[in-house]
Amino acid sequence: MSEGHSTYTPKTGLGRWVDARMPLPRLVYDSFIAYPVPRNLNYAWTFGGILSIMLVAQILTGIVLAMHYISDTTLAFGSVEKIMRDVNSGWLLRYLHANGASFFFIAVYIHIFRGLYYGSYKAPRELLWILGCIIYLLMMATGFMGYVLPWGQMSFWGATVITGFFTAIPLVGDWIQQLLLGGFAVDNPTLNRFFALHYLLPFMIAGVVVLHIWALHVTGQNNPTGIDVKSKTDTVAFTPYATVKDALGMVVFLLVYAYFVFYIPNYLGHPDNYVLADPLKTPAHIVPEWYFLPFYAILRAITFNIGPIDSKLGGVLAMFGAIAVLFFVPWLDTSKVRSAVYRPWFRLFFWLFVADCILLGWLGSRPAEGAYVLMAQMGTLFYFAFFLVIMPVLGLVETPRRLPNSITEAVLEKNGGAGGQPAGVAAAPQSKG
Amino acid sequence: MSATEDTHDPNRRDFLYIATGMAGVVGAASVAWPFIDQMRPDASTLALSTIEVDISSLEPGMSLTAKWRGKPVFIRNRTQAEIDAAKAVKLEELKDPLARNANLASDAPATDEERSAGKERENWLVMIGVCTHLGCIPLGQQGDFGGWFCPCHGSHYDTAGRIRKGPAPENMAVPVFEFISDTKIRIG
Repeated sequence: MSEGHSTYTPKTGLGRWVDARMPLPRLVYDSFIAYPVPRNLNYAWTFGGILSIMLVAQILTGIVLAMHYISDTTLAFGSVEKIMRDVNSGWLLRYLHANGASFFFIAVYIHIFRGLYYGSYKAPRELLWILGCIIYLLMMATGFMGYVLPWGQMSFWGATVITGFFTAIPLVGDWIQQLLLGGFAVDNPTLNRFFALHYLLPFMIAGVVVLHIWALHVTGQNNPTGIDVKSKTDTVAFTPYATVKDALGMVVFLLVYAYFVFYIPNYLGHPDNYVLADPLKTPAHIVPEWYFLPFYAILRAITFNIGPIDSKLGGVLAMFGAIAVLFFVPWLDTSKVRSAVYRPWFRLFFWLFVADCILLGWLGSRPAEGAYVLMAQMGTLFYFAFFLVIMPVLGLVETPRRLPNSITEAVLEKNGGAGGQPAGVAAAPQSKG
Repeated sequence: MSATEDTHDPNRRDFLYIATGMAGVVGAASVAWPFIDQMRPDASTLALSTIEVDISSLEPGMSLTAKWRGKPVFIRNRTQAEIDAAKAVKLEELKDPLARNANLASDAPATDEERSAGKERENWLVMIGVCTHLGCIPLGQQGDFGGWFCPCHGSHYDTAGRIRKGPAPENMAVPVFEFISDTKIRIG
């Protein structure tokens, strides 16, 4: 919907000169000023913009931290402590970076769940969704390698466990693990390559983000009704409407982020990572960063052999499967209706799925014993059932509610039908369907 | 279109096309390999090191941990009760029925004797102290079977280092080792 009708008209001579040679101002104008967005976007749609600034924040703080960090097993831990104690403002930059990673993931999870709730993955936005899944995978790799760099106990043992996943692969598993580690165990070669890759991957993320936004601007945004844009009254201009809404979302999000940075900077971390890595001593409970906990619970839930697949390979397959299944969501959901607003059963199961992910996250932080294991197994079963059974079957058996004819009609209905009512009155009781 | 393509004579352009394409493929592959190869452990890391460990101070019920190839090796002087407990287990009850002992044939059964240092020295257990699940270091004399317990993902090993419960697939590995005297072991 963006191509074909650029309304950009350069006003100055210099503007026309540039436009005839390299029309970058035209691209910016068409993409971020005149670009039409659905008029009913809610605050869940501000997280794309929030994610963009979090990526920039992480790259900026990361580059500065790299100027003080030393990727050598004998010096890394000390160099991080030096950043915290001696480097001017180093404590702030490191807390911004460490908490920034967490808030990057908070934003991406809200962004992903918003996509699931409103059916943003359905045709014609399948590639947009898949590019997002690739960004998420790159984020996980970046986050994991970044956590290894301070060379604390959790760094070392997290790296040991996660590279251990690859030993589950039959025949070539050990070879692959040694290729990743550069030795028999996590050591100096591992730390050095992780540092190099941790520096590289954010720029690859930035590259895929460009593709993600490109795909978004070809299909246009989805919206809370999930109905396609049909006329000009369904949309508003990106600037000022979306720009201001995004900016307010960012400010509120950054306030919460700043609260963590300044008041509880270690709340989301683990105290064991302030203990120097010891290859001969495993901490009592190895836990990954909070944003990996649901997948960690799934990994540990497979304690039994499944036919020829032993429990170790089974756990690794289940964990990777839990991420891989996201790539197939556009084809697993058989419903023609996009938005959960008009799908009462899907909405119920969606919220159960959200609760399941939170439950799995909590279980991932518990020791792998007793009732926790059984609960993790039930949670894992529901996780996969949601994608592989509920999504395909619901689309066939569920009767959706009546869809409005257009976004404009939906907005007017929500505002009480007749015009002239004050918005505050209209937005009241039954507006949340 | 294809009719003309099929009948035209091979000429210099075809030759250049194929030769350049082949050079490109072979060239890309041969340049790619060093980029992968540099990640593998180098010769100094691979060089199989040997360590000697003095075990004279270990009374029954005591253990020590030696570091070999960057990994811990558990050496335990087991008590009679631990040996008896391990001997009492039937092979059918084991999750992994193989001894995983580098000093024996690869299909040796996981009896207590085949796991330990052998007939005369069945009290000695020497094994790489790395959980076969995802590589954590199990904690000694803990867990449901009085052997080792891995805190990471809840694998329980018995007093012969055999996996009994939890996600780990194999018994803990026994490295190549020998007694060079009654009080000294050479590992590797």
